[in-house]
Amino acid sequence: MTERYVKVYPRFERFWHWSQMVLIMVLLVTGLALNGLHALIPFGPATMLHIVAALALIVLWIFAIFWHLTTGTWKHYVPTRDGLLRVARFYIWGIFKGEPHPYRKAYWRKHNPLQAITYLALKIILFPAVWISGLLALGWNLWEDVPNAAQLGGLVSNIHLLAAYAIAAFVVAHVYLLTVGHSFREHVKPMITGFDKVNLTPEEEAYLEADEPGRIKPRA
Amino acid sequence: MIRLLPTAFAMALTFSGAALAQQGDAPALPGSDSTADHSKFEILQKDFKSGPEVTQACMSCHTEADDQVMHSIHFKWEFEHPETGQKLGKRNVINSFCGAVAGNEPRCTSCHAGYGWEDMQQSSAQAQATPDCLVCHDRSGQYTKTATGAGHPPLAPVPDNSKTITGAKSWAVDLGKAARSVGPPGRDTCGNCHFYGGGGDNVKHGDLSSALYQPSLATDVHMSPDGQNFTCSTCHVADQHEWAGSRYLMQATDPHGTGKPGEARGAATCESCHGNTPHPGGLKGTKLNDHTDTLACQTCHIPAFARGGVATKTVWDWSTAGKLDEEGRALSISDYLESDGDHRHTYLSTKGDFEWGEDVEPYYAWFNGVVEYTTGDLKIDPAQTVEINPIHGTPDAAGNRIWPFKRMEGRQPYDSVTNELVYTHVWGPDTGTALWTNFDWAKAIDAGMKAAGEDYSGEFGFVDTHMFWPITHMVAPAEDAVSCESCHAKDGRMAGITGVNMPGTTPFNTAGLLGLAMLLAALGGVVIHAAIRILRPSKNGASHD
Repeated sequence: MTERYVKVYPRFERFWHWSQMVLIMVLLVTGLALNGLHALIPFGPATMLHIVAALALIVLWIFAIFWHLTTGTWKHYVPTRDGLLRVARFYIWGIFKGEPHPYRKAYWRKHNPLQAITYLALKIILFPAVWISGLLALGWNLWEDVPNAAQLGGLVSNIHLLAAYAIAAFVVAHVYLLTVGHSFREHVKPMITGFDKVNLTPEEEAYLEADEPGRIKPRA
Repeated sequence: MIRLLPTAFAMALTFSGAALAQQGDAPALPGSDSTADHSKFEILQKDFKSGPEVTQACMSCHTEADDQVMHSIHFKWEFEHPETGQKLGKRNVINSFCGAVAGNEPRCTSCHAGYGWEDMQQSSAQAQATPDCLVCHDRSGQYTKTATGAGHPPLAPVPDNSKTITGAKSWAVDLGKAARSVGPPGRDTCGNCHFYGGGGDNVKHGDLSSALYQPSLATDVHMSPDGQNFTCSTCHVADQHEWAGSRYLMQATDPHGTGKPGEARGAATCESCHGNTPHPGGLKGTKLNDHTDTLACQTCHIPAFARGGVATKTVWDWSTAGKLDEEGRALSISDYLESDGDHRHTYLSTKGDFEWGEDVEPYYAWFNGVVEYTTGDLKIDPAQTVEINPIHGTPDAAGNRIWPFKRMEGRQPYDSVTNELVYTHVWGPDTGTALWTNFDWAKAIDAGMKAAGEDYSGEFGFVDTHMFWPITHMVAPAEDAVSCESCHAKDGRMAGITGVNMPGTTPFNTAGLLGLAMLLAALGGVVIHAAIRILRPSKNGASHD
């Protein structure tokens, strides 16, 4: 086993991550203004910005889904119980004892089991919940004549709001975990350069150097 | 647009006429697109001695006009409500201003579109009142009616203390000049009565005041000479002397919109010109158009009423009327300073206490256009605030919109035995029973009830009332429309309105609180986690990937 810098976040994934980050922040700030929690942005402009950012994010997701399916990167998110408890135990106990992180990332499996299941939940539960409820709210006038529309409309808003708050809670934990272990900078850097330190078997190292030299940095 | 064409044509003629006059000696075209110049009519060259004489002359050509007028609400003051079956109209209803016409005829009928209606027990036709053509069609600007003359104009010699229907000192009207000037009604002809409803400038409606004679663009974007320069009848289109628009049975919405291309619409609605998706395309326009199935146009586009410098009466408490000073003289206190510099009465011995408001934010309610009246035969609950004219509306049915209203607060007499509103004889300087000369409610109510032909127990009390005036005039320029956050906020303008999902009004509902709790739990968890890490520094530098 050797530790080498391997490109684990290709260019599209980094673009997706950061543009998604900007759009989600815009959506959270404008969304909470629309919810009446603050008045930093007047309601009218907040509505426009919220809708434009949401539509842009949905377009981005359509591209991202296509990218995951066509490149096979969806495999990174397949949940596994193997090692899940050890990672969880690390964050609630081991970390305070100074234990090393139990997970070693592979270039074909960049997330630890806890990350994988969290991101999967985000992608298949929270994000769809927020955009389906959001589209329903946006298109309210198209279905306001169905029976009990007023109650259903309230339900849609509440689902949208709860999903949004859950995403905000995720953002808090996500950003906080960047401070765990190495420095914050060290954690953010791979999502900028694409390269992260990964344990490679001699075969993997040989393969990457021979067949995908662009994905592995020369030994320092 | 179609209905603007005649105006545009007239303007084009006027401009070309002016251009001709400048270029040479050719006479300017008369400022009208009519084929008839009434100043040249032989029959109008007379020295008229009375209003009815003028009407007689008009009818020599306009043979059917009097018959048309006599069938209109302007003349009959009667309205049989097709939805509620109630018999309404000025002749029948009781309001929270001067009460009712019965018993006060020559004062109230001074604004009747006719001459000589002096008894409400008779219909205007039975009373042989004559239609008044000039009150609507005078273009000389010097026609008026005497405030207490049952519709007749002040003629020479004018008594010293005589006043006109607008409260100005009377002058001698030149009937011949008025007759030779006639043309389509202007803002002035309609306004001379409708701006002064309730006995003074903007007292009643809140959105109809003398500010609309020559309104600024900010006061009325349609009627302003700086804008479209609409007259009242640009929207209140007329056919055979019947006008579109009714306060008893309104069109709360007009799904027909502009109709087919080129179709003439006989409605006074916003939609008949602007259509049902009035905001221009694009995201913002689409979002705003999403509101049109819930809100009346007026709800956003008339952000406040009583704009333009003339206040409206907001509270009228009749129960305090009758207080006199030490020498037994009637009191008149004018403590409200209007932004145009006028003082308005705040207490009169004749009328009680008043409050006024300018730039008043409307009261909002669901409305389907149907207005009911608490007529004199209906029971009231004096323990509650009585609605003089309950407005019908519900969020659950088609054709309902949230509308802006002036909600007039009143306190007025009722029969405390039968629990019915009473008619009051307030005006009548020569009678021994009129409130305004005798300050005696018992006599005034007794006389009012007799004049209306109603039974009266002899016992009276005062009851709090609300009266609703739909707000539909004084449309502001688009940039002054009600802002989103005026309603989409906690305790916003729509507070209390049911049946709508309104984002921004309930940030702390159950879902909002749950969500906040979730976010705070995440923040709290992170802070605690970080604190433990700081207090128990790792020995070999725990790493995380």
